[in-house]
Amino acid sequence: MSSVITGIAASNGIAIAKAFVYEEVSLEITENSTEGAEVEKANFERATKTSKQELEALKTKTEEQQGKENAEIFAAHLLVLEDPELVGAVHTKIDADNATAAHALNETAAMFISMFESMDNDYMRERAADIKDVSQRVLRHLLGVKSASLADLDQETIVIAKDLTPSDTAQLNKEFALGFATDIGGRTSHSAIMARSLEIPAVVGLTNVTTDVHDGDVLIVDGINGEVIVNPDEGTVEQYKEKRAAFLDEQEKRKRLINEPSVSKDGKTVELAANIGSVKDLDGVLNNGAEGVGLYRTEFLYMERDQLPTEEEQFDAYKAVVEKLDGKPVVIRTLDIGGDKELPYLDLPSELNPFLGFRAIRLCLENEALFRTQLRALVRASAYGNLKVMFPMVATLEEFRAAKAFIVEEQEKLRAEGISFDESMEVGIMVEIPSTAVIAKQFAKEVDFFSIGTNDLIQYTLAADRMSEKVSYLYQPYHPAILQLVKNVIDASHAEGKWTGMCGEMAGEKTAVPLLLGLGLDEFSMSASSVLQAREQLLGLDSKECEVLAAQALTCTTQEEVAALVNEAIR
Amino acid sequence: MLEKTFTITADTGLHARPATQLVHKASQFSSEIEMEAKGKKVNLKSIMGVMSLGVGKGGEIKILISGNDEEEAMNAITATIHEGLGES
Repeated sequence: MSSVITGIAASNGIAIAKAFVYEEVSLEITENSTEGAEVEKANFERATKTSKQELEALKTKTEEQQGKENAEIFAAHLLVLEDPELVGAVHTKIDADNATAAHALNETAAMFISMFESMDNDYMRERAADIKDVSQRVLRHLLGVKSASLADLDQETIVIAKDLTPSDTAQLNKEFALGFATDIGGRTSHSAIMARSLEIPAVVGLTNVTTDVHDGDVLIVDGINGEVIVNPDEGTVEQYKEKRAAFLDEQEKRKRLINEPSVSKDGKTVELAANIGSVKDLDGVLNNGAEGVGLYRTEFLYMERDQLPTEEEQFDAYKAVVEKLDGKPVVIRTLDIGGDKELPYLDLPSELNPFLGFRAIRLCLENEALFRTQLRALVRASAYGNLKVMFPMVATLEEFRAAKAFIVEEQEKLRAEGISFDESMEVGIMVEIPSTAVIAKQFAKEVDFFSIGTNDLIQYTLAADRMSEKVSYLYQPYHPAILQLVKNVIDASHAEGKWTGMCGEMAGEKTAVPLLLGLGLDEFSMSASSVLQAREQLLGLDSKECEVLAAQALTCTTQEEVAALVNEAIR
Repeated sequence: MLEKTFTITADTGLHARPATQLVHKASQFSSEIEMEAKGKKVNLKSIMGVMSLGVGKGGEIKILISGNDEEEAMNAITATIHEGLGES
């Protein structure tokens, strides 16, 4: 029987393949050995050896495909396997309790896991997951259970999971993982962002897909409409194969636009840029013809590790990005951490209302040493390309002035040390807080540019937490108030000869592009995979007509009216 | 049997990365090498043992080594700690 499950479209495209339900296999473990201690120890050694070989191979593969940083997790797993305490405890259990190797390992691992889980430190608690992961691997070998690791996929598959974490997606192999579908998540969750950057179709937020779908079911993942079709009949498969071909054809046509300028029908040129999280996203940026990077989120340099990145590490990362972009603009946002994004090793206080709390520029101005290290690395990297710095969550001009003063001081120090940098490096701000959008005119005299962060601007303007289901209807990108603020910022920048970009998800949306063009936006920064679609749309738009459309939209009373107006116009 | 006491000065304490360095170093020697902190003693060749102590910045650790290469081992471990982890 075929059935259709509806979720949230996270990444465009259509994939058809058999399902692989990614979950922990429940392992049946016999407690008492019937073969004697020596056989059990030999079994344990063999399983450990095979696991080590797998981990070595995974480490090498990940290093080659995704860089050293992503491979470090496997180095940690290897160390756990070589741990004499672990091996010793397993041997002792085999000898003393007549235990099977599997039982001895399971008990020993459980002891270490509960020890780490009980520590009052997030970082240590996360290490419990590493021990679990690696001991499961050895157990699978001991019990002859097929491996359930994502990195080991060797046939075309659709991955079904509760959620995919950064360490899961780091292991995804695009060649075999044709698409994925998850129980939880939304358009801006990590899994969705990763799917778009890997350019594989995905549907998230399906609630029960892990129980509704079984290993080996044939699935169609429709990432365009946010649907998963389970065990479709032949006719449906044929129909979707055609859809898939049409989609790929369309994509191919768009690929021809890679080296074309981003210009409207009547000759108005804008910049279409991409958002990135690390240097490994750059292939996607260049393959999709983005004209720059409009937002480089530096948080990932600080996450998934146990201490602050050094100036050299940061310098290397920033330099690699600007060099690869070869003179195209790269806007790098300084550390935007705090709120929901935590760094265990910074030991930040937990707050009742983190989105209105100690985060981003507020945290950086307070942690001067941390901030100066980043700024110095940025200024040094500016010598190697077209680098621009932007501060997140700026609420007052004092904050901008203080942050800018740090940059000027670091530049003076570098000058004294004889280290070269770009003297005309632009320094701008994110506009996410309504206060800043309202007095953009005053800001425009001092900043070099604005970049509007729509996700936060919308939630602060309508006072609606987008994570809260009950009020998520208030998350309204096309609310006339948002359009008015966007216009205010753009006009303010132009009056001072400056420019305005937008780096929220909105910048790449079909309904938004005509409005933003009409409002005079200079730079549109989006997921790399949306760039060509936006360029194609732009080619068919008349900027003068869009100006009229935007002016009309500003007089609308509700988001619904705006959407209806625009959809009518672009039909 | 050699003993030496250190104070950890690294901001993050003995988290994974520094702990890994120590364990790697200790594993190169045949001597028995232990670390004592917070009243507990662990094998310095065990990553989980070292991390389980959760030594933070300012924490005191004692390294105890006995075996035929104890002197080289103590010198090497002292050098590793002095490279940004802590001071004696």
